[in-house]
Amino acid sequence: MQNIRILTAGDSSILVEFGKEISPEINRKITATVQLMREQHIEGVVDVIPAFCSLLINYDPRVVSYDEIRERMQNLVKVDASVSEERRRIFEIPVCYGGEYGPDIANIAEHAGLSEEEVIKIHSSRDYLIYMLGFLPGFCYLGGLDERIHTPRLANPRIKINAGSVGIGGSQTGIYPLDSPGGWQLMGMTPVKTYDPGREVPILVEAGDYIRFKPIDEDEFKRIKELVDRGEYQCVIHEGEV
Amino acid sequence: MGIRILKGGMLTTVQDLGRTGYQSQGFSVAGVMDVRSFKIANLLLDNPENEAVLEFTLIGPTIQFTSATIIAITGGDFQPTINGEPAPMYTALYMNKGDILKFGSARTGSRGYVAFSSYLDIPVVLGSRCTNMKSGIGGFKGRKLKEDDYFNFRMKRRYLPFFLSRKLEPDDFGQEETVLRVIMGPQDDLFSKQGIETFLNSEYVVTSDFDRMGCRLEGPFIAPKETSDIISDGIAFGSIQVPSHGKPIILLSDRQTTGGYAKIATVATVDIPKLVQRKTDHKIRFQPITVQEAQRLLLDEVKELEEMRKMIHQPCKEVLDCRLVAKRLTKLFED
Repeated sequence: MQNIRILTAGDSSILVEFGKEISPEINRKITATVQLMREQHIEGVVDVIPAFCSLLINYDPRVVSYDEIRERMQNLVKVDASVSEERRRIFEIPVCYGGEYGPDIANIAEHAGLSEEEVIKIHSSRDYLIYMLGFLPGFCYLGGLDERIHTPRLANPRIKINAGSVGIGGSQTGIYPLDSPGGWQLMGMTPVKTYDPGREVPILVEAGDYIRFKPIDEDEFKRIKELVDRGEYQCVIHEGEV
Repeated sequence: MGIRILKGGMLTTVQDLGRTGYQSQGFSVAGVMDVRSFKIANLLLDNPENEAVLEFTLIGPTIQFTSATIIAITGGDFQPTINGEPAPMYTALYMNKGDILKFGSARTGSRGYVAFSSYLDIPVVLGSRCTNMKSGIGGFKGRKLKEDDYFNFRMKRRYLPFFLSRKLEPDDFGQEETVLRVIMGPQDDLFSKQGIETFLNSEYVVTSDFDRMGCRLEGPFIAPKETSDIISDGIAFGSIQVPSHGKPIILLSDRQTTGGYAKIATVATVDIPKLVQRKTDHKIRFQPITVQEAQRLLLDEVKELEEMRKMIHQPCKEVLDCRLVAKRLTKLFED
């Protein structure tokens, strides 16, 4: 891959820029690099922030100098690493669409000139790549929303959106990991907690994973929610080809 | 047995060096704003480097001790008193059960720190005791402290060797004009030559939009070549973001993990304390240095702190003067 640039971001971070566009190929290269860094346990690295097309590495200059980490990363990005097919994880997120669970689904349908059923079918019929997490703990920036259901944000953002809400904001779709203000059009709700600070693993997914929305009815929502509340729900994870 | 908060002050939180290792999941690091003052407070008590402290902002808290411990106060001068008597800063102080430690408003600086030899009994969440207010996790119930909050100490640790030697020259936060050394990048190439010159040769003023998340500055417009919008990327502590309004915003402890504005430069780690101790209307200038120079300064500071540690572990000079020792001992027993 060409055009990889290593940029200075202060005396304790460097930024590896893999390109200047949002594409699954570039993002996959970043995921692979993060995996490689984990395997190699680079001394002095304290944190990594993978983003759409870059990777910020925070390091401790008392342990490793700028020149050292720069050289290390230069060699590392040369490795032709790619994420193997079988390592791809697809998280199934059950969603109860419409009604009180998704008060804006009529807006989305109207804007698209489609029925609510068609909107649900389109939204739940493809897998979404998690490009990055940010904004809030566990908030996933997902790529690949079907253009037919792109919908502008609400003119008047809500003061509180409940955790678990699934919505569309412009060309993006996503899940609110915790109660938060927001302007997305809400189309449904998942009983699954994508972020649970009390759980051993508070956030299940990571950048490079995929999300698949699965429509469920209200009874199923309540059944899963009970399991979630008892801490007995196991998220369905598909492995393999997307 | 621990401390009770009688008054919370403006913004008092439990902090340490922050929650690192989880930024890829969207968790802000949080942690102390002034790392140097934090380290010195813990150093004075032989605490582990990352032991949790209380950080307070502009108006400090009032704290009652429900058991004896040793404390150290560092950072800005919040005019601390113990039971109404002025208390020295940058020194180990013995606190008795029932003592009331009161902070006023910041005479110099804007952030203060108090460390405890008996360690605050605050649960570790994702590797840190620090408060992340936005996510509501860590620290004391994930929020700032208020009246009647109470927490215990983790252990009884009421003896420190070389007690009389445990004092250091306080850092001076009285300046109203500061030069911050910066490392250019990562996106300085998105700004015009004139924009860079403006940034490096102008005076900027600290506005009232200054919290744990960031500090907005007012001053001459920094022109981008075309746009300062970028595809969101990770943000470092001290990143200087310049959105399209052309005024710098320096991102601090509670910064979001990622952002979509170009970052013209990053403040050198050793100079971040100088920034976070400023108040509204104080003046800032930027001076570029190389990353190697910034790292050398950082290692110099590590050595400086090591010297401090040695200094407070030597027998006190005053031990040679018996009358002074007698006086200090009498005072200790009186307390």
